[in-house]
Amino acid sequence: MTNSSNVIDLKRKPGGTRAIVGKIMTSLATLCVLVTLVPLAAVMYFVLLQGFSRLRFDLFTELPPPPGLEEGGLANAIIGTLVVVGIATAIAVPIGVLTAVYLSEFSNNGKTALAIRFATNVLSGVPSIIAGVFSYGLLVATGIVGFSSVAGGVALAVLMLPTIIRTSDEALKIVPQDIRWAALGVGAYNYQTVLKIVLPAALPGIITGVTLSIARAAGETAPLIFTTLYSNFWPNVSPQGLLEPIATLSVLVYNFAIVPFEAQNELAWAGSLILVVLVLITSIIARLATRKQVY
Amino acid sequence: MSVSGYPQQSTGVIESRSSVEKNLDAGFRWLTYIFALLIGLILLSIALVIAVAAWPAIVEYNFSFFNNSNWNPVTDEYGTIAVIYGTLMSSFIGLVIAIPLGIGAAIFLSEDFIPENLRTVLVFLVEILAAIPSVVYGLWGIFVLIPISKTLGVWLFENLGWIPIFSRPPAGPGMLPSGIVLSIMILPIVIAISRDSLASLPPDLRQASLGLGATRWETIFRVLIPAAISGIVGGVMLGLGRAMGETMAATMIIGNSNRLSISILEPANTIASLIANQFAEASGLQVSALMYAGLVLMFLTLIVNIFAELIVNQIKAKYE
Repeated sequence: MTNSSNVIDLKRKPGGTRAIVGKIMTSLATLCVLVTLVPLAAVMYFVLLQGFSRLRFDLFTELPPPPGLEEGGLANAIIGTLVVVGIATAIAVPIGVLTAVYLSEFSNNGKTALAIRFATNVLSGVPSIIAGVFSYGLLVATGIVGFSSVAGGVALAVLMLPTIIRTSDEALKIVPQDIRWAALGVGAYNYQTVLKIVLPAALPGIITGVTLSIARAAGETAPLIFTTLYSNFWPNVSPQGLLEPIATLSVLVYNFAIVPFEAQNELAWAGSLILVVLVLITSIIARLATRKQVY
Repeated sequence: MSVSGYPQQSTGVIESRSSVEKNLDAGFRWLTYIFALLIGLILLSIALVIAVAAWPAIVEYNFSFFNNSNWNPVTDEYGTIAVIYGTLMSSFIGLVIAIPLGIGAAIFLSEDFIPENLRTVLVFLVEILAAIPSVVYGLWGIFVLIPISKTLGVWLFENLGWIPIFSRPPAGPGMLPSGIVLSIMILPIVIAISRDSLASLPPDLRQASLGLGATRWETIFRVLIPAAISGIVGGVMLGLGRAMGETMAATMIIGNSNRLSISILEPANTIASLIANQFAEASGLQVSALMYAGLVLMFLTLIVNIFAELIVNQIKAKYE
């Protein structure tokens, strides 16, 4: 304390040590936030700068060029990403939403629910590459499907599940208890209450979670490198095509980032731009959607 | 909504429910229950599938897997000490950078230093930081960060070269740029969890401290941080789990050298990038060895994550 007399001075002094220390700490904390956002600005700047210069129509209609040549596009990788993420979504959404329904509607928050919520959290901490190794061990090494869109889709589904379960669980919890009682009170069965009353009410929140998890999955690379592999050609349109290796945007970015050809590097930036724009749009939509809650 | 079997004329008697509908109802409950159990099953089967596939390597190398630094597919000699060092060291660099920045930012974003609206925007931006695909960070790292970190590395080598971790001239790709990227990638989670645990503290704590005459920062340091410390530690642990499992950014930046070097300015490797690099072209015992490495990584991250989960849950239970 700064005062030396026996009378304690209770007034705050603007120029006192405590005030100065506070000011310094406030500036340090501000600095922390700014420094945190520097990489975001830097990544955005370079992705926009490099990606836009390569953003042409042929990006969406043509195959990537062979090494050393210019021109070409990312069309096969865009299709591949849609296919693999589509498979993952088809697997993860029903499992995730029904699990959330169990947790919030039928479990009474007992021990089972506690265990499943814990398992979900643990699952969300599983590194993405481990999901890839799992899918490889389960489907590729055993020869069930081989390197394919399906193997990649399973790996991505594992990564999408925790997000879908948690957001759906939260969305269902927000639905007021009254409307469940009202539905049950007029004679509806549990399944009718859930499917026709509670789920529709929670739909905006669930869709938000699903969209976010789709955006994340589209950017995942590690589990796809050795499950879907990569292909320089157009994907096979027959159903057998799902059992063949396929190009995806994220793996293309990885492959083309580490080769010493400028045309390929440019395509990697363009692919990154598409991925980043996808993430930005979904995040903003998710933000807006959660504001418009039904209840 | 039509409820089948509802009588047209009200007779005062409610018909009993049909057995078909009753079964349907019970069936639906069971369906959700089975899917819920599936989550636990998936978690178990991840461990099981990897362990089974790794078994030949576990039998072959046993514990020599952990005290051998050679990773040589040609001679089928596999040891992970170099990649385990790489995983831990790069995560550690990430934490050293992310802890002060993350906690500082969390304090700034949880207390009312700035108007609510501006805060929402900043929080949103931090969330975006978490959502950018790691392969994009990798691409950015190769072309933008590595040149910058090389300059930093040269300075560290010339001025602090007597410290073992700076003892080699920087090669460009290496542990240092990789650690910097990891710190960027784990910052959002450290900030989010620390912010949550600070924000979930009861307002009484703050009011009491301010009422006694403490300044805002005295309140933060002596009351709020000690009260929220377990949540903050939990957030840091979750960040550590992320950093250890992060693959693409590390793979593209760390240099993928399996040689053990203490210096953080030299190329190195992590378990995750080892797997990412070699899996697609691996065959025979190498696949098992990679699976074994994957098992080690899963074990490491599981321990860290479960520990973090327990700590974070503890603080939630305390104040809710």
